[in-house]
Amino acid sequence: MFDLDRWREIFQSINKNRLRSILSGFTVAFAILLFTLLFGIGNGLQNTFKKEFAGDATNSVYIWAGRTTKPYKGLQSGRRIQFKNDDYEFLKKEFDNEIQFISPRIQRSANVTYKTKNDTYTIRGVYPGYDVLESISMADGRYLNLLDLKSKLKVVVIGQMVEKDLFNGLSAYGKNINLGGIIYKVIGVFTDPGGDSDERYIYMPYTTMQQIYGGNDNIGDFGMTYNPKLSIDAAIAFGNKMKRALQKRHDVSPNDQRAIRVNNYAEDNRQVSTMMLGLNILILVIGFGTLIAGIVGISNIMVYVVKERTKELGIRKALGASPGSIITMIMLESVLITALAGYLGLVVGVGILEYIGPSLEKYFILNPGVSTSTVVAATITLITAGIIAGYLPAKKAAQIKPIVALRAD
Amino acid sequence: MIRIEKLHKSYPIGKDSLHVLKGIDLHIKEGEFVSIMGSSGSGKSTLLNIVGLLDSHDEGDYYLNGQLIQNLNEKKAAILRNKFLGFVFQSFNLISYKTALENVALPLSYKGIARKERLKIAQEYLEKVELGPWAHHLPNELSGGQKQRVAIARALATKPKVVLADEPTGALDSTTTDSVMGLLKDINDEGMTVFVITHEEEVAEQTKRVVRLKDGVIISDELTSIGKAKAKAL
Repeated sequence: MFDLDRWREIFQSINKNRLRSILSGFTVAFAILLFTLLFGIGNGLQNTFKKEFAGDATNSVYIWAGRTTKPYKGLQSGRRIQFKNDDYEFLKKEFDNEIQFISPRIQRSANVTYKTKNDTYTIRGVYPGYDVLESISMADGRYLNLLDLKSKLKVVVIGQMVEKDLFNGLSAYGKNINLGGIIYKVIGVFTDPGGDSDERYIYMPYTTMQQIYGGNDNIGDFGMTYNPKLSIDAAIAFGNKMKRALQKRHDVSPNDQRAIRVNNYAEDNRQVSTMMLGLNILILVIGFGTLIAGIVGISNIMVYVVKERTKELGIRKALGASPGSIITMIMLESVLITALAGYLGLVVGVGILEYIGPSLEKYFILNPGVSTSTVVAATITLITAGIIAGYLPAKKAAQIKPIVALRAD
Repeated sequence: MIRIEKLHKSYPIGKDSLHVLKGIDLHIKEGEFVSIMGSSGSGKSTLLNIVGLLDSHDEGDYYLNGQLIQNLNEKKAAILRNKFLGFVFQSFNLISYKTALENVALPLSYKGIARKERLKIAQEYLEKVELGPWAHHLPNELSGGQKQRVAIARALATKPKVVLADEPTGALDSTTTDSVMGLLKDINDEGMTVFVITHEEEVAEQTKRVVRLKDGVIISDELTSIGKAKAKAL
């Protein structure tokens, strides 16, 4: 159905009425340019968001014990809840499917001495593998392993800041340090993306810590990661279930908020994903708002174009143009201008995003850009809009009696 | 060629309606050169628009080339106009962004004639109205008389049965009026039916038959001196 004559007519009409063509083209190009820019910047914001929040919101869950605030089952309030090794075994067994990794934690501070230097640091007794939970990476030596745990060895892994403070810039690896009067061997030095304060911890096997500081099987709290396959809702449900199970074990009122506390990162994840959803909706609203503004623009211009051409259309009709040929002519012109101008707007928009994209990073806009599918969808929307915007006035024009059209000026 | 019986037409004006044509009976045979005279408001333009299928009538019958015109939709009207009618307007109605040649060729394109062929035909008709050298000029580069001659060439290009001219000399001075009327006379001499609307006596005198219209009715219908001479000669 390629009709050379018809296209020749359209190109002549576009070319000979340049101002009109440029004006209508400009509206479309500008709408698409704005659409591309806003959509791209929105995507950039989202990228930043993903990087800043989603990366940090791991699947961690922490459980602490405190004092009861409500009397329950004949027990008075103010009772101190103490986790023990069997709580650890219980959680591991009971929530085998939900828990990816769990470590007991025992925390206390101690005066640490190396040669003449000393300072107070927090010591953590943990299970090997706890490094994953804290995103620790080793700068020197190794992390704790199962052998250390089983043999209750007096070994420690220290943070980089501890090494810096106590070792005068020398390597701490393999050295012996004094923790509250007992000598430990440094088997590794770690760095932590959490920063300086996270690099002032000293880790040792929790079994060693239980033996030396108390001679009991007390556990301070638990750190764990939940199965990443769990949905956010399931993960939150898991946290609540675990809390109830522990409350039951320790005869704590289900309404007691203080005795056993759970910090479930899934809840933060939920907030983050809600915010992401909000951002997504915002981007969609902006995008479609711009598109609709563009569509309204084209429609207005098409109405104007048809009005301006009323006389010409009347002449054509007097000379024998059928209503169908008039509609086809106006619509093809409209679609052609829309498609070309829309494409131009896209190219310019993508170009601008490419050009200024890197300099926007400090405004929390990372890799702004639009996906190919968005581009294609926007183009199709526009062409459809061009068809509709062209069709209605064209149909109206085709229905005008030629005598009325001829009178127009 | 054109037969009109008891034709009525009114236009709505607000709640009222203006009765413009009040029962017109008119018969124009093939090869006639007829002018419709009347002051403004007499209904002569309305009559031409109805004859030209540019407007519809309310009552009465209209036969064009033996075909009863009724319930015409725009598409059918367009085909009939293209086939049977050629228009010449007071204000020329040329398409401003097309050259003289393209303007003349335009109605041929609605007939479905290929571009090369229709440009050739258009050139022939431009030569006929002595505008061959002006073929590639835009309308605004032509004088009023030249524009009207382009319009006449356009009206003739499709070889219509009737040429309808609505005040063809209304926008022209007396010299160009004569040349345009001479042209219309020539094409009538070649056998074309020509139907002119005018309010100028001098123009009407150059046709063969004058129909006078007043307030929507025909008050006289007679041959001009030229028409009488022609009738005698036959």
